[in-house]
Amino acid sequence: MTGFLLRRVGGALFVLFALSVLVYAVFYVAPGDVARIACGPRCSTAQIDQVSAQLRLDDPVYAQYWHFLQGIVAGRDYSTGTEIAHCGAPCLGFSYQSDQQVTELILAKLPVTASLVTGAFVLWIIIGVGTGVLSVWRRGRLSERVLTWLTLAGTATPVFVIGLLLIIVFCSTLAWLPFPQYVPLTEDPEQWMWNLLLPWFALALLESAKYARLTRSSMLETLAEDHVRTFRAFGVSERAILGRHALRGAVAPVIALSALDFGTMFGGAVLTESLFGIPGLARELVEAVRTVDLPVVVGLVLVIGFFVVLANTVADVLYAVADRRVVLA
Amino acid sequence: MTEALLVKEAGAVQAAPASGARSFWRRLRTQRAALAAAVVVALLVLVALAAPLLTALAGQDPNAYHPEAVDSAAGGVPLGSFGGIGAEHWLGVEPGTGRDLFARIVYGARVSLGVALFATVVQLALGVTLGLAAALGNRWVDQAISRFTDVVVALPLMVMALALLAIVPQSVPRPVLIAVVVGLVGWSGTSKVVRAQALALKSLDHVAAARLSGWSTWRIARRELLPSLAAPVITYGALLVPANISVEAALSFLGIGIKPPTPSWGQMITEADTWYATAPTYLLIPASLLFVTVLSLTVLGEGVRVALDPRAESRLKVGAAKARMRKRSSR
Repeated sequence: MTGFLLRRVGGALFVLFALSVLVYAVFYVAPGDVARIACGPRCSTAQIDQVSAQLRLDDPVYAQYWHFLQGIVAGRDYSTGTEIAHCGAPCLGFSYQSDQQVTELILAKLPVTASLVTGAFVLWIIIGVGTGVLSVWRRGRLSERVLTWLTLAGTATPVFVIGLLLIIVFCSTLAWLPFPQYVPLTEDPEQWMWNLLLPWFALALLESAKYARLTRSSMLETLAEDHVRTFRAFGVSERAILGRHALRGAVAPVIALSALDFGTMFGGAVLTESLFGIPGLARELVEAVRTVDLPVVVGLVLVIGFFVVLANTVADVLYAVADRRVVLA
Repeated sequence: MTEALLVKEAGAVQAAPASGARSFWRRLRTQRAALAAAVVVALLVLVALAAPLLTALAGQDPNAYHPEAVDSAAGGVPLGSFGGIGAEHWLGVEPGTGRDLFARIVYGARVSLGVALFATVVQLALGVTLGLAAALGNRWVDQAISRFTDVVVALPLMVMALALLAIVPQSVPRPVLIAVVVGLVGWSGTSKVVRAQALALKSLDHVAAARLSGWSTWRIARRELLPSLAAPVITYGALLVPANISVEAALSFLGIGIKPPTPSWGQMITEADTWYATAPTYLLIPASLLFVTVLSLTVLGEGVRVALDPRAESRLKVGAAKARMRKRSSR
């Protein structure tokens, strides 16, 4: 197990390194006049020269990248024109357009996205696994077909459509909820919850369809196995077979997939964040892309990539732990 | 581990014998839902192909402004009931500008389906090539390609598409650019499926026999592996199309996809956001079309999967037998 863990972590580190090279190459080498783009449209020639000096754009590309990497590992100093600012260890650069360190900017957005993803995660597991179990329990009946079609419809609905409909129905027509406007948890927990309720549901309803299908297919697979037939022959009740044995078959895949999705969602909730005006990581990325704020784009892609790689690794490990049949390779 | 899970999630079939087009159609026909979905998809494709013809028939142009069709005093709300639906404008008009909605929807179908299909072709071409190369190459080739695939997986599709679209010059036609970007970012699933399948196939007797008779790797890939890979690749591709339609709509919804004045369903939904109180049809028409398109493509994809899955044979037979029995008893 230790060897397996080490290999997985080593692989994850390598993927992260390769990711940083790729992202750096795409954004800092490809687009031409990097200093002008990074600085923004309102910069004077003197400012552009300064940015160029700070990014060491006169050095060869590999030296620029080495400098960038050094910043992530050891931190670096920035001159903001009037004073020298120090940017601490995981230094992802400096946004000249918003006059802010990228790391600080991302750290400020992180709790917002975490609030959204965690709440939705709890909901989609409950709804998804619940629907899956229910459709296996009612298999062969009309309600199973209804559930199957509902989940299919769920996988086919774009999140911005369901989100818009939720806003229209609950905020506008029924006026049960306020128009979502993010309130930090530390400020007012109750308002935090009410304002996040719709985004949570919008994200969870569609995501849960995937889990319903996975739970269902895993349970049906287990139900077809010989040991279940033996349990039936011994007169074990259907409830016990489903709850104690068939559900066990769904545990490993559901855990692995949810670890994967939980991590991916940190950068994947672009539409939900944009639609509900939640100032999270993905929305920041959309903004940064719109204004071509290069340091922020690169920093965000790296941080989001980090979550994905982390999720992949955790999913692999959890799958191996939850399903003892897995051979550690 | 999780790769196996992803492959399973994607619904890829096991290495299946190439079973011929005729038996594929026979198996697809027995599934009523898939058949209905196929009809809807065929209709949509027809509409997309005949877009200029249909708009000419309606006597409308997708980009012509009709200020007389909207109430400028009320801020541009379409005149008439249901967003101005009538003999003149079959699906009403766009609030504000008064552009004909039917013409824009029809041309939007063109963009939506065209981009999704082109992106799928790019994804499949890259995925099959890289997956096969990883499975057939030596250890280092496999390692390099597999690690690279991991890196691309770590780049969320939406994130990378967003970023790449920002740095490519605006002179490149947008629909082509979006299709290429989605294709370049989204091939990793296909490549994983193809690699896993090809590795399984490699150990089979007929491939070993081919290698023993001195065939080149390229010839083995083309003659012995590709025919057996067709089923999983078609299955995977059939499910990629609806996914790509959603991605294009999402990019356009975010305002970084198709640029106006080219019509796109996702873009219409964004604009409709501000009008839903006064002109709800402007939101409902593109949203429900998007839903129907993705749903029918998904159902069709599922049908294709079952039709290509050798293990599903018995299930289909049971279904067909039941149907026959029902018919007999009703007589």
